[in-house]
Amino acid sequence: MVKIALIGAGKMGLSHLSILGAHPNVEIVGVCDTSKMVVQVLERYSGYKCFSDYQKMVEETHPDAVFVSVPTKYHYPMVKELLKRRINVFTEKPFCLNPEESIELAQLAKAAGVINQVGYHNKFVGTFREVKRLVKAGAIGEITHFQGEAYGPVVVKKKSETWRSDPTEGGGCLMDYASHVIDLINDIIAPIESCKGSILKSIYSKNVDDSVYALVGIESGVSGVISVNWSDETYRKMSTSVTIIGTEGKIESDANELKVYFKGDKFPKGYSKGWNVKYVTDLTDEVAFYLRGEEYSAQIDYFIKSVTGENSHDINTFDSAWKTDKSISLIKKQSSYV
Amino acid sequence: MERIIFGDNQFFAVNHISDEKSRAQSIKFKDDSAIIKTLDIAIASGINTFMCTTHDRIANICEIIRQDPEKYQDFKIYPCMPYAHKYANAVTELGIAGTLKQYVPGNFVSSLFKGGMAYVSKDFISIMELMVDAEMKMFKGINTPVIFLQNVITDLLLGLGMNEFLIGFANYVRQKYNAEPGFITMNLPKLLDVLEKGGITNPIICTSINKVNFRMSGGKEIYEKTLREGRCRVIAMQVLGGGAIPASEALEYVSNLPNIESILFGASSKQNIENTVETIKYHDQKNKERLITRYNEYEDQYASPVSAVN
Ligand SMILES: NC(=O)c1ccc[n+]([C@@H]2O[C@H](COP(=O)([O-])OP(=O)(O)OC[C@H]3O[C@@H](n4cnc5c(N)ncnc54)[C@H](O)[C@@H]3O)[C@@H](O)[C@H]2O)c1
Repeated sequence: MVKIALIGAGKMGLSHLSILGAHPNVEIVGVCDTSKMVVQVLERYSGYKCFSDYQKMVEETHPDAVFVSVPTKYHYPMVKELLKRRINVFTEKPFCLNPEESIELAQLAKAAGVINQVGYHNKFVGTFREVKRLVKAGAIGEITHFQGEAYGPVVVKKKSETWRSDPTEGGGCLMDYASHVIDLINDIIAPIESCKGSILKSIYSKNVDDSVYALVGIESGVSGVISVNWSDETYRKMSTSVTIIGTEGKIESDANELKVYFKGDKFPKGYSKGWNVKYVTDLTDEVAFYLRGEEYSAQIDYFIKSVTGENSHDINTFDSAWKTDKSISLIKKQSSYV
Repeated sequence: MERIIFGDNQFFAVNHISDEKSRAQSIKFKDDSAIIKTLDIAIASGINTFMCTTHDRIANICEIIRQDPEKYQDFKIYPCMPYAHKYANAVTELGIAGTLKQYVPGNFVSSLFKGGMAYVSKDFISIMELMVDAEMKMFKGINTPVIFLQNVITDLLLGLGMNEFLIGFANYVRQKYNAEPGFITMNLPKLLDVLEKGGITNPIICTSINKVNFRMSGGKEIYEKTLREGRCRVIAMQVLGGGAIPASEALEYVSNLPNIESILFGASSKQNIENTVETIKYHDQKNKERLITRYNEYEDQYASPVSAVN
C-alpha cells in the first residue's frame, strides 16, 4: 500500500481523493484543508484523519507521497517543504507562479531523488497521446505550423472575486486555462521558446486576463498560434484542441476525436490516404475506477506506479512543467510590450 | 420499468465523441418546441419514460407536459440529479460554503454556519435532503416513479467512501417522494457492493453496458458476471459505446445479455428513434422464441409419455 496525504480538498482535491480512495494500492493517511467545513465533512463521512496544518500532517502521518491541490500560489512553498523531507509529490498545474520557482523545485526534486508529477491530465487523453505518437514518428512529415486552442465557459459574467481573479495567486486565463494547451504543444511538438506577439485580454474580469492570443515559435523556428478564451459560453465545458500542419499531412484533434489527413501513399499502419477519423473510445484503455474522464484516473494510477517503481516515470515531470511555466512567462512578458 | 427508456443527452449537446455533433445538436434543440417534438416522436413509437437531468430547460418541458394532462397521461419522467455543471460553476465562483448558501432553500445553511455546526453529521444529510427537494421542484405534478443520482455524484461519493449519503439519498427518495431510488454509475460492481452493505437490496442501477468496454470500469467480464448474478435491476446506457460500434450490432449485444431490465438511449431523428425501438423489439422477440423453442424441446425430450416409458 502506498500511503498518500493530500493538501487542499477543493474541487480538484476532492476529485483526486475519490480516485485515490478507490485505488486498490492506496491508503489515504491524511487530508489537510484550511476550510473547517470541508474538514468536518471528510472526517465525519469519509473517516479521514484531517489537519489544518500540512506540516503537522506530514510529521504525524509519514506519507510516501503527497498530493498538492491548493490554489497555485501555494504550490511552490509547500512542494519545496515536501521535497526537503524527501517525499514524492504530485502537484496540480500550473506548476508555479514563475519559471524561477519551477526550476528550483525541479532541481530539488532531482537532487532528492523523489517521484514528481504535475497534473496536466491531457497527456493521458487517448487522442492526444496518438497525436504525439504520429508527430514523433514523422507521420505528417516536417511540421510547418501548429495551432493550440481552448475555449470554455469559466468566466461568462462579472463575478465575485476568488483566487482565480487574483493575478498574484495564479489566477487568469493564461495561467489557469491556456497552460493546458501550452503544455500539450510543448509535449507533442517541442517547447515554445519564443513569442512574437501576444494579447492578454480582460473581458469580464477586473484584474486578470480572460483570453490569450499569441504568435509563438519553437526552437527549430516552426511557428504556431495559441488562441484561448475562457469566457466563451458557447461551449458546455472546456474544449481543448490542436491542429498541426506538416509537409505530408495534417492533424486536427480534440479530446474526443482525432482527424488525420495524409497527402500521399505513406501512412502508418491503421491509417489510409486522405482523411482518417479515430475516436477516443478506440484509443483509451479502460480504468479500474471512473469518475470524470479516464485521464484523471490514469494520471493517478501512473503516479502510484511511479512510486512503486513500476514505470519509467517520464510523463508530466517537474522538468516538463518548468518548461511550460517558461513558455507561459514568455507569452506574458511579450503582452506587456503591446 | 419499461423495456426502452428515452434519454436527454442529445437535447443538451452532450456527445461523447464529437464536439461538432454537440454543436449541431445545440442548434437543433435551441427551442423547447424542438425537444417536445422529439419527445412526441418517442411517445408515438411506444416509449413512455423519459430519463432526464435536472437541467434548467427541463423545467420548461415539465410545464408543457403539465398543461396537457390528457396527452401525457401515461408519461413518466425519471429525474437525474443534480445537473452537475450548475454546482461546479457555482463552487468555482462562490466556494463550497457559498454554493450551499445559494442553493439550499431557506436560511438553513446560514443558521448552520452561525450555530457553529454543532450537529454536523445529521445536518449534512439534512442539507442533502433539502437539495433533493430543490431539484424536485420542477417536477411537481408529474409522475416520477424513479429518481436518480447522477454518476458524477454517485461515483464521487463512492470513491470518497461517503456511503451514508448514498444510503441517505435512497431512504429519502422512498420516504418523501414515494419513488424508487436509482443510481447512475460508471462503477457498477463496486457500487452494488456498497449499496448491498448499506441494506439496499436489488437496487435500480443505470450503467454503461456495451460491446466495446467503454466506461465499464474494471472491464466487461466483471460486468457480465455481475449481470448474471441478478443482484440488481439494470438500465443499460451508452450501449453504442460512445458511437464506436454500429447500432444494430450494439443493440444485439445488449439485448442478449441477461438481467437487463431496460435500455436507455437518446436520438434526435425520427428514423433513429424508430429504428432503435424496432431493433430492440426484434431481438427481444427472437429471444422469446428461442426460449419457447428450448422449452418445447425440453418437453419433447423429458416430458412426453413415450420417453417416460422408455
Ligand atoms: N488539472 C485541472 O484540470 C485542474 C482543474 C481545476 C483546478 N486545477 C488546479 O488545482 C489547484 C486547486 O484548484 P481548485 O479548483 O481545486 O481550487 P479550490 O479553491 O476549489 O480548492 C482549493 C482548496 O485548498 C484549500 N486551501 C487553501 N489554502 C490552503 C492551505 N494553506 N492549506 C490547506 N488547504 C488550503 C481551500 O480551502 C480549498 O478547499 C489549482 O492549482 C488549480 O490550478 C487543475
